[in-house]
Amino acid sequence: MRMATDLSKSTFWGYRRENGRVGVRNHVIILPVDDISNAAAEAVAKNVMGTMALPHPYGRLQFGADLELHFRTLIGTGANPNVAAVVVIGIEPGWTKRVVDGIAKTGKPVEGFWIEGNGDHATIMNASKRAKEFVHHATSLRRVEAPLKDLWVSTKCGESDTTSGIGANPTVGNAFDKLYPHGVTLVFGETTELTGGEHLVAARCRTPEVREKFNMVFDRYQEVVNRHKTSDLSESQPTKGNIAGGLTTIEEKALGNIQKIGKLCKVDGVLDKAETPAGSGLWFMDSSSAAAEMVTLCAAAGYVVHFFPTGQGNVIGNPILPVIKLCANPRTVRTMAEHIDVDVSGITRRELNMDQAGDRLLECMFATANGRWTAAEVLGHREFVLTRLYESA
Amino acid sequence: MTIHFIVHEEGDSVGTVVVEGVKAGDALTGWIMEQDKTVTLKTLNDIPIGHKVALKEFRSGDTVIKYGVDIGRAIAPIKLGEYLHVHNVKTKRW
Repeated sequence: MRMATDLSKSTFWGYRRENGRVGVRNHVIILPVDDISNAAAEAVAKNVMGTMALPHPYGRLQFGADLELHFRTLIGTGANPNVAAVVVIGIEPGWTKRVVDGIAKTGKPVEGFWIEGNGDHATIMNASKRAKEFVHHATSLRRVEAPLKDLWVSTKCGESDTTSGIGANPTVGNAFDKLYPHGVTLVFGETTELTGGEHLVAARCRTPEVREKFNMVFDRYQEVVNRHKTSDLSESQPTKGNIAGGLTTIEEKALGNIQKIGKLCKVDGVLDKAETPAGSGLWFMDSSSAAAEMVTLCAAAGYVVHFFPTGQGNVIGNPILPVIKLCANPRTVRTMAEHIDVDVSGITRRELNMDQAGDRLLECMFATANGRWTAAEVLGHREFVLTRLYESA
Repeated sequence: MTIHFIVHEEGDSVGTVVVEGVKAGDALTGWIMEQDKTVTLKTLNDIPIGHKVALKEFRSGDTVIKYGVDIGRAIAPIKLGEYLHVHNVKTKRW
């Protein structure tokens, strides 16, 4: 199935969806359009085994680009190949149907229900009946063998410290360098976290058009920070956790961050938040550096496995995107062992070189794709966090 | 040979401590990853795991180099072997 150094014939076993995309999980999700529908969504998930509700706090009185992002994120989450079928619940039919129609473009089973004029109880009953059918459908599906290039992999680091830059992030870079030549679709992001190293990322952009778009997006995020900051963003970027872990400046954090894109990958394109890439290669997504927000955006864009290098021990997961935690901090792998999937702390002892570390991560990637639950999945971490651009009306 | 701190590349002015329990006066061995060489020094302070040690002397205002790149400026004089963090180094960006 896989050899340590030759990925050219590598395959994995996943669920080939109606639109040709391949997922590595088979979720039936109950997706609320708005906060008012959380209770009904959670009630359905309690009634029907094999479903998972994704409650969240937003979806009312949003407008403009913020509302577009809300729809893009909900639709993208339902459309993700790790999802077999979706029951959508909203307060009224208009926006509910918009989410349903967006997901329906993938060809997968999806239906919407609304509470207005029906009440929670009737909505829960009707949605439960449909959800039950979806679970019978999903559990009848079988994994098939798919080529490596059908796997989409995202990355974001979190609770970083100096071992992130030394070990965990370059491990991701090594893995990305090995995946990139085989046509795998990759993404990285965290716009503010490139500050101090943005010229290095700009230099990696494949074309002047991509570079221009990247610079525009980077500068735009800097303006947001400059407009709202109080002093120098101390303790927010880098965070208290970063600082406790030894990171001193945003420049230092950025250089550690950038290790994740390896030495060979080019940046092939720039994505808006939760935007699905139009082709393979390495994409940069304009995104927050807040962990659960960014992973939620990656899931909405269609990525199916996530590499999450951590230093101090980030614990988040995602309901539909399996998050692989790798760590090079010897103290963290000892004190927070249950959260770590791949221990690369041997790098700090000169026991593991970067190639070996990268291979270890790829081994875990294949295991995860083929069905192994990550630590975050087993621990029940299902952080589903929507990015907001500004206040509701 | 125990590695106590790691330097990304030759020319960096800081190394990162990767073991617990480093105390003032300890003799440390560092590994320069890119060139695969070692270097030794004596620390002037206790330094927690993951935190940095100065590999050279800095005057206030000097640039700190890590990964071969500018990562900030010293805001106080710093001696070789001294603990280097938010109390004596600051960002140039915000």
